[in-house]
Amino acid sequence: MTALNDLTISDARDGLRRGDFTALDLTNACLTAIEGAGALNAFVHPTPEVARDRAAKADARIRAGEAPAMCGIPIGIKDLFCTEGVPSQAASRILQGFRPPYESTVSARLRDAGAVMLGKLNMDEFAMGSSNETSTYGPVVNPWKIDDRQLTPGGSSGGSAAAVAANLCLGATGTDTGGSIRQPAAFTGTVGLKPTYGRCSRWGIVAFASSLDQAGPMTRTVRDTAIMLGAMAGHDPRDSTSADLEVPDFEAALTGDIRGKRIGLPKEYRMDGMPAEIEALWSRGADWLRAAGAEIVEISLPHTHYALPAYYVIAPAEASSNLARYDGVRYGYRAQLAQGDGITEMYEKTRAEGFGAEVQRRVMVGTYVLSAGFYDAYYNRARKVRTLIKRDFDLAFEAGVDAILTPATPSAAFGLGEMADADPVQMYLNDVFTVPVNLAGLPGIALPAGLDAQGLPLGLQLIGRPWEEAPLLALADVLEQAAGFVSRPAKWW
Amino acid sequence: MSQIDPETARKVAHLARIAVRDEDLPRLAGELSGILTFMEQLNSVDVEGVEPMVSVTPMRLKRRQDGVTDGNMPDRILANAPDAREGFFTVPKVVE
Repeated sequence: MTALNDLTISDARDGLRRGDFTALDLTNACLTAIEGAGALNAFVHPTPEVARDRAAKADARIRAGEAPAMCGIPIGIKDLFCTEGVPSQAASRILQGFRPPYESTVSARLRDAGAVMLGKLNMDEFAMGSSNETSTYGPVVNPWKIDDRQLTPGGSSGGSAAAVAANLCLGATGTDTGGSIRQPAAFTGTVGLKPTYGRCSRWGIVAFASSLDQAGPMTRTVRDTAIMLGAMAGHDPRDSTSADLEVPDFEAALTGDIRGKRIGLPKEYRMDGMPAEIEALWSRGADWLRAAGAEIVEISLPHTHYALPAYYVIAPAEASSNLARYDGVRYGYRAQLAQGDGITEMYEKTRAEGFGAEVQRRVMVGTYVLSAGFYDAYYNRARKVRTLIKRDFDLAFEAGVDAILTPATPSAAFGLGEMADADPVQMYLNDVFTVPVNLAGLPGIALPAGLDAQGLPLGLQLIGRPWEEAPLLALADVLEQAAGFVSRPAKWW
Repeated sequence: MSQIDPETARKVAHLARIAVRDEDLPRLAGELSGILTFMEQLNSVDVEGVEPMVSVTPMRLKRRQDGVTDGNMPDRILANAPDAREGFFTVPKVVE
């Protein structure tokens, strides 16, 4: 018999509605799993009291027969989301002790749909990182293990990915600025979707790069992603970039019929030095979609090569501005001051002690590219290149392509600490297939499609037209069925 | 190849209000130079006549009444401050 915390969201929903078990049973199973998973370092602020209270309320709604799909489903919330009265510190020392007096729109929507918050999940500091090693809580460990090494779950939503992969929760919220949902999903054999920019409200989510940030679901199946996205999405007057569009029934879109869909394979994603296994997986993915009745065409996205450098101008520029608010005055950490220190020393010491190395680096890069004399050369040029990158996608869609298939990452999960001596730019290359999607504001989903020779999961990415998460999920569902990925990490923790 | 010298690194750190010890400036300058060199690939793109992107989704921002919608909660606002006294945020002396 499967333990309750091993269930998918869709099976748990059906079981709850049938009365096979209660939300409290399900929640307790997850809380027990979390207690036993300290070695993964995924949950950094567990909230068992909140969870049991919400589970009891969910059970009452289920008994009354008025339960939405997420009612009674235990989930984890990335530490980037402000949660009322519960620590929310973006995995940064500078927000130590911060307890927001408000709830982010996305986590409030999930709460109102009856979802049960189990606690807050580890991540890279301020969502800046691809390995979870920049967290003030220490790195998350990937539940996948093939030898003595501890592997990264990816980042920045590494705690979310690890918790979902290890069955500590049924789903988790993530955020994705350059690949922070899709890369960790690929590294942990889970499913993660970054919605169209504007689909989910950013209100109450600690801002990294506001023109790129999007929240999205991380789950074990495509169907679960569809269910969870439905509860997270929707217009919010408190986020001026949130789209006032109807939220479709994403789960109903999973018809299994993708006949006649035209899928583009961008030739520029065939990179020099790409491992043969990734290339082979990509071809298999195309074959699976073709076998299901889709048409596969080669396309060109000529500015792909410039996406990473443009991203690493725009994201730090926006971050340097967003992170100016951490000044030791209104919330969080303030440095101990020496005799005679004034307000400038307070700012400088607070930010030096409160921000980790990668965050400091990005804030300084952003400061530099926005400074007088460099604004046009770096920041404006990057925004022009961003226009061209989006135009590449627009032209492909106008030419009749419905979605684009690519690898999710250029490698499988690597060992924690293995990149410690590498150039920061080496770490940035993890996002090479995901960053263009953020720059163009498009929906993208990563799903597990196979194991590499060492036995680690590899993911594929599907990119859709703006606002077309529903057809994108339908394609992902067919790909998931064809791949038949059922491997789970063996429990060692 | 973009070269940030330690003196420029010091200026950038100060603009960003991040204290950096003198002995760390050369390493910081090296890292920033590496990142900026990576960015300089953008110089080989022809951006003649291209508009810089302002909004990724072509939609008109919604208008709303420019009015007060919230407030009157100084205790809640100050609850997270490292130092707050008598209804105010407290900071070191700003003016001598």
